[in-house]
Amino acid sequence: MIGVINDKCDFCGTCVAVCPFDAIDLYEARIAINQRCTDCMLCVWICPVETLALIDEQGKMTPRAAAEFTA
Amino acid sequence: MQSDYDVIVVGAGPGGSWAAKTAAEKGAQVLLLEKDREVGVPVRCGEAIGTASLRAVCEPEPLPRGIANGISGAVLVAPNGREVVLDWGQEVGAILDRKVFDYELSLMAAAQGVEIRTKAYVYDVIRNGANGNGSISGVRVQHLGKNYDVRAKIVIGADGIESRVGRFAGLRTFTKLKDMESCMQVTLANVTNIDRRYIYLLFGREVAPGGYLWIFPKSETVANVGIGISGEYARHKSAQRYLQEFIDRRFPKAAAVYTVVGGVTCAPTLEKIVADGVMLVGDAAHQINPMSGGGIVTAMLAGKIAGRVAAAAIARDDFSSQSLEPYAQEWHAAQGKNHERLYKIKQAVYKFTDDELNRTAEAVLAKKPEERTLINVFKAALIRHPSLIFDVLKVFMS
Repeated sequence: MIGVINDKCDFCGTCVAVCPFDAIDLYEARIAINQRCTDCMLCVWICPVETLALIDEQGKMTPRAAAEFTA
Repeated sequence: MQSDYDVIVVGAGPGGSWAAKTAAEKGAQVLLLEKDREVGVPVRCGEAIGTASLRAVCEPEPLPRGIANGISGAVLVAPNGREVVLDWGQEVGAILDRKVFDYELSLMAAAQGVEIRTKAYVYDVIRNGANGNGSISGVRVQHLGKNYDVRAKIVIGADGIESRVGRFAGLRTFTKLKDMESCMQVTLANVTNIDRRYIYLLFGREVAPGGYLWIFPKSETVANVGIGISGEYARHKSAQRYLQEFIDRRFPKAAAVYTVVGGVTCAPTLEKIVADGVMLVGDAAHQINPMSGGGIVTAMLAGKIAGRVAAAAIARDDFSSQSLEPYAQEWHAAQGKNHERLYKIKQAVYKFTDDELNRTAEAVLAKKPEERTLINVFKAALIRHPSLIFDVLKVFMS
């Protein structure tokens, strides 16, 4: 599952544009991952400011930006 | 807001405003919707532009306000720090104030009778057919706390890289990771040791892998300092980290007055940019120069064509994709073809090792200053890729 750090997000839509599954919804000042997400990681890798990260089954974040995850 | 228009344009960037203006000029009733509270804000752009092409796309209108600084050359910086100065001896480009520029373009659209609404968020589309699964015939808008259904014969999606209109229309709008540049830019005050007549482009694996780092001066002491790195490399280290390292090194005393992040699609135009009752313009259609990442003038050009084709389609009461197809064809002839060539060149150039980049710089520096031109830079860079030289010549001739 992909987690979002909304505090860091600039709502630029880059993650939406690279998502092959249409699994990210961008609102005015909020992004949300929907159930079409396959954890493919493309959005995590493209985000210029490390807003997105993978959460594993134990609820832990992968190394990238793990320390700042609050949501 | 009426309940019915000829054309609804979603997104009031340069592409949207220019599409709206052109369609209205040709007699269409146009509504232009902007999701943010102000046209031109937030800026998501490096703000560099070529003056001649801007002038051409604005014709017969004068250049809009919003030009911050004139540019007459470029400094290309190789990974080893060697600088190649390309001086055109006259102003050929400019750094814009997009806040002012976009606002001005929207005023020019309004002057043609375009109705504009800001804080107008398109959350869905209206479809023809009993089951609501037919072609698109309007949009659902959230505006100042209320929801509106607004119908239109044609919806133009000028709604940026994340293009919701494109997705609603079932067009494949997504960008491959390797073709997406992950970007960040900071407008810095108190920058030192830059020549405001020049833009600076820095290359190299350590600086900006699969892209470049730029310094675009807006005045003597203020500059947009930004970076774009290919998605292929962004997975290892983010654009933010690369940029912060550079700024700490090069401008440690500067003040950051504006920070912007975003993605730039560096790919050929989408295969399909029209559907029944729908046209895509600008970033939404991937109408960005894949080599430079520049997309302001290309979006305006596409908007101008789209606006004209839309008005003509309305005049003959046919909004099918076939009727809108001339837009795609005209775009392809005007720029799309060029972007395919530039994409091929980009794919070669952005794979260069630092050694290859350094060698290219030396080869250009070995030439007389008057022979240090952009075309010669490309020729030197692609000396081992002779098949691409043809594409370079084609691009520079058009």
